[in-house]
Amino acid sequence: MTTTREEILKRIRSAKGASSPEQAASAYAGIERGYQSSASLARKEILHLFEDRLHDYDANVYHAGASGVGEVVAGILSGRGVHRVLVPDGLPSEWQQGAEFVVDRGFSSAELDGFASVMTTATLGIAETGTIVLQTAPGQGRRAVTLVPDYHLCILPAGRVVETVVEAMRLLESTKNIPTTFFSGPSATADIEMTRIKGVHGPRFVDIVLVGEE
Amino acid sequence: MSRIPLDPRTAPPFQAAAKALLGDAQLRKNVRHATDVIQNKRRKLVEEKQDWQLLRESARQIRAHALQHLDVYLDEFERNFTRAGGTVHWARDAAEAQRIVVGLVKESGSSEVIKIKSMTTEEVQLNNALEAAGIHAYETDLAELIIQLGEDQPSHIVVPALHKNRAQIREIFRRTMNLPDLGDKPADLADAARRFLREKFLRVKTAVSGANFLIAETGGICIVESEGNGRMCLTLPDTLISVVGIEKVIPRWQDLEPLIQLLPRSATGERMNPYNSLWSGVHPGDGPRAMHVVLLDNGRTNVLADSEGRETLQCIRCAACQNACPVYRQTGGHAYGSVYAGPIGAILTPQLMHMEHSQTLPYASSLCGACYEVCPVKINIPEVLIHLRNKVVEQNGWYTPESLAMKAVAAAFRSERRFRAAQRLGRIAESPLVKSEKQKFSIVGQKQTGNTGWIGWLPGLLGGWTDTRDLQAMPEETFRDWWEKRGKA
Ligand code: SF4
Repeated sequence: MTTTREEILKRIRSAKGASSPEQAASAYAGIERGYQSSASLARKEILHLFEDRLHDYDANVYHAGASGVGEVVAGILSGRGVHRVLVPDGLPSEWQQGAEFVVDRGFSSAELDGFASVMTTATLGIAETGTIVLQTAPGQGRRAVTLVPDYHLCILPAGRVVETVVEAMRLLESTKNIPTTFFSGPSATADIEMTRIKGVHGPRFVDIVLVGEE
Repeated sequence: MSRIPLDPRTAPPFQAAAKALLGDAQLRKNVRHATDVIQNKRRKLVEEKQDWQLLRESARQIRAHALQHLDVYLDEFERNFTRAGGTVHWARDAAEAQRIVVGLVKESGSSEVIKIKSMTTEEVQLNNALEAAGIHAYETDLAELIIQLGEDQPSHIVVPALHKNRAQIREIFRRTMNLPDLGDKPADLADAARRFLREKFLRVKTAVSGANFLIAETGGICIVESEGNGRMCLTLPDTLISVVGIEKVIPRWQDLEPLIQLLPRSATGERMNPYNSLWSGVHPGDGPRAMHVVLLDNGRTNVLADSEGRETLQCIRCAACQNACPVYRQTGGHAYGSVYAGPIGAILTPQLMHMEHSQTLPYASSLCGACYEVCPVKINIPEVLIHLRNKVVEQNGWYTPESLAMKAVAAAFRSERRFRAAQRLGRIAESPLVKSEKQKFSIVGQKQTGNTGWIGWLPGLLGGWTDTRDLQAMPEETFRDWWEKRGKA
C-alpha cells in the first residue's frame, strides 16, 4: 500500500519530471537577485528614516545615551503612569528604573494577561519599513511576553538599525532557526471600511528608545 | 453556527451569480470603496520602491524554481521540520485534510480551536467538518469573525469582509455578542472583537492556521498578519496545526528577501506587515509543544501537470489582481462561487477542480491586463485565462456560445463574401457607441473625414476594458474596399 505522501510525491514527479537535490541546487544558483541589497544612505539619514517610519506607524521614539537609558525609561514610565513592568531574563539591570520590574518566570497565559506593560530590547531595526525584529534571546524573551501586555517599551541600540529589509535578512541568516517576530508599529487592522485601527490583539501602544553611542 | 460554504461543485455559473449581485448597490459600493483605498495605497508604496521590477523578477524566478523542484523542496522541508520536533502530514484532498485535522484536534484533547485566517482551511471547508465532529472553531481574524458570526462567506483573499460596512458589522456584533449599546465607530467594533476574543486566546489550547511560506532549508514557517491574532494563535496554545498547500514551499531563508517586501506592498499597501512570524518546529519554553503541518494537494498536482497553467501556483495570495480587476470590482467575491475570487480565482478554481467545475470562471474577465501588471510574482493571468478558455471549449464541444462565436469567426475568415458582410454588420452594431473625432477634438474643429472615431465605452462587463483604453472604431472604408477603388481609379 502506498502512503499518501508517496502518492503525492509521485503525482508531483509525473507532473513535471523528477528532480534531484543536485539539479535543484545548480538551478537555484542561477536565480537573479538584482534588487537593492545594501544601504544607500548615510548613517544619520538611516536613523532619521527609521524614526520617520516608526512615527508613521504610531510608535513614539525617544533618545538616550548609553549611560542614560535608565533615566529616560523612568521618565517615559512615569509619563504613562506605569508602575509594574514585565521584563525577560537578561535585560540590563541599569535600564530598569522608575517602576517595579518583574522577570518572566514562564508565566501562564492568564498570568501574562495580568501585566499591562512589558520592556525588552530587540535584535534589529529596519529603517525603510519602520520594523523591529525580536527573537527568542536574552533581553527579548519568549514570544508571548511581547504579545500579551498592552504596552511595549522597546530599547534598541542605534547601531542595530539597518536601512533595508535585505540587509536585515542577511544579518538574521545565522539565527534563522530561532523564533523571530517582525513588528511594524502596534497591532492594527483595516478590516472595517479600510480605516486603520490601532491595536486589535497585540500591544496597542509602542514606545522605542534609541540608544546612541557616547 | 455552520454556514453553507462557497463550493465550486454546486455554485451557479459566474454570469448568473454576477447578474444577481450586480443588483446589490450597497455591496458594490462597499467593494469599490475598499478596493479603491487599497489600490491607492499600493500605488504609492510601489512607486517608492525603485527596484520593484527587479524584486518582481527575482520572486517570479524563485517561485517558478520552487515548483520545478517541488518534490525536492517538500522532502527537505519535511526532514527539517521533523528534526525540529514537528510532525508533517500529507493530504490528497479536502476529505483527507479534514480527517487529519479533526483527528489531531481530538488527540490534543480539545473540543474548541482558535483559527488564524487561512484560505486553505476555507478551501477544504474545515470549519464545517470540525463542527460535525463536535469541535467548535473560533475565527480570530476580525474579518473572518465578522463572516463567521454573520454566517456569511468570504469575498476577498486578504480582506474577506470588505463587502460589509460598519453599520452592517455593528448589527452582526450587536446580535451575536449581545452588546445592545455597541457604537458603530471602527474603533468600537475592533474593541468589541478584542474583548470577545481575548478570553478565547487565553483559554483554548489548540490552534489551526495556514501559512504564507514554508522554508525548506530550515523547516521554517512564515505567517504574516496585522492584528496580532496570528501571534496569539501560534504562540499561546499547546498545539498548532497548520494546513498548507504544497505549492507554498520556498527553498531558502534568503528567498524571503524579495517575497516579504513584495507581499505587504501588493496586498494592503503597507511597507511591511504589522507582524511577521518566523519559526521552525518546537522551541521548548516558547510556543506550542506540539506542531503539525498538513501538506495539502487537493488538485494542485493537477495544476502542476499543465505546463501552461502551472504558473498559477506561483501565487502568493496578495489579492492585488483582485483589487485591480474591473469585473471583480463590480460583482464582489461571491459571484465566483469559490473562496478564491477575482482573477486568481478565475484561473485557480477551475484548475483545482480538474476543469470539471467553474468552467465559466475563465470568462469572468475582460482580459484588460490590469491583473498581470500588478501581480508581484508576474503571473500572466490573461494568458492563463485564454489557455483555460481553450480547454473549456475543447472539453465542451461545438455548442457553447464561445465555441459558436469562434466557429462563426473562422467561417467568416474563410469566405470573402461572409467576411465583408461581417464587417458591414459590425459597423452597424457599433455605431451608437462611436464618438466622432469632432466630439473628441471639438475645439480644434477640424474637418470630419468619415467615421474615424473611437469607442470610449462598452456596455456591461465589457466596460472594464474601455475603462483604461479607448477602442478604435471599425473604419468606414476597409483596406480592401480602398484597394479595389484605387485599382479602378
Ligand atoms: S495572482 Fe499575483 S496578484 Fe493575484 S493574488 Fe496571486 S500573487 Fe497576488
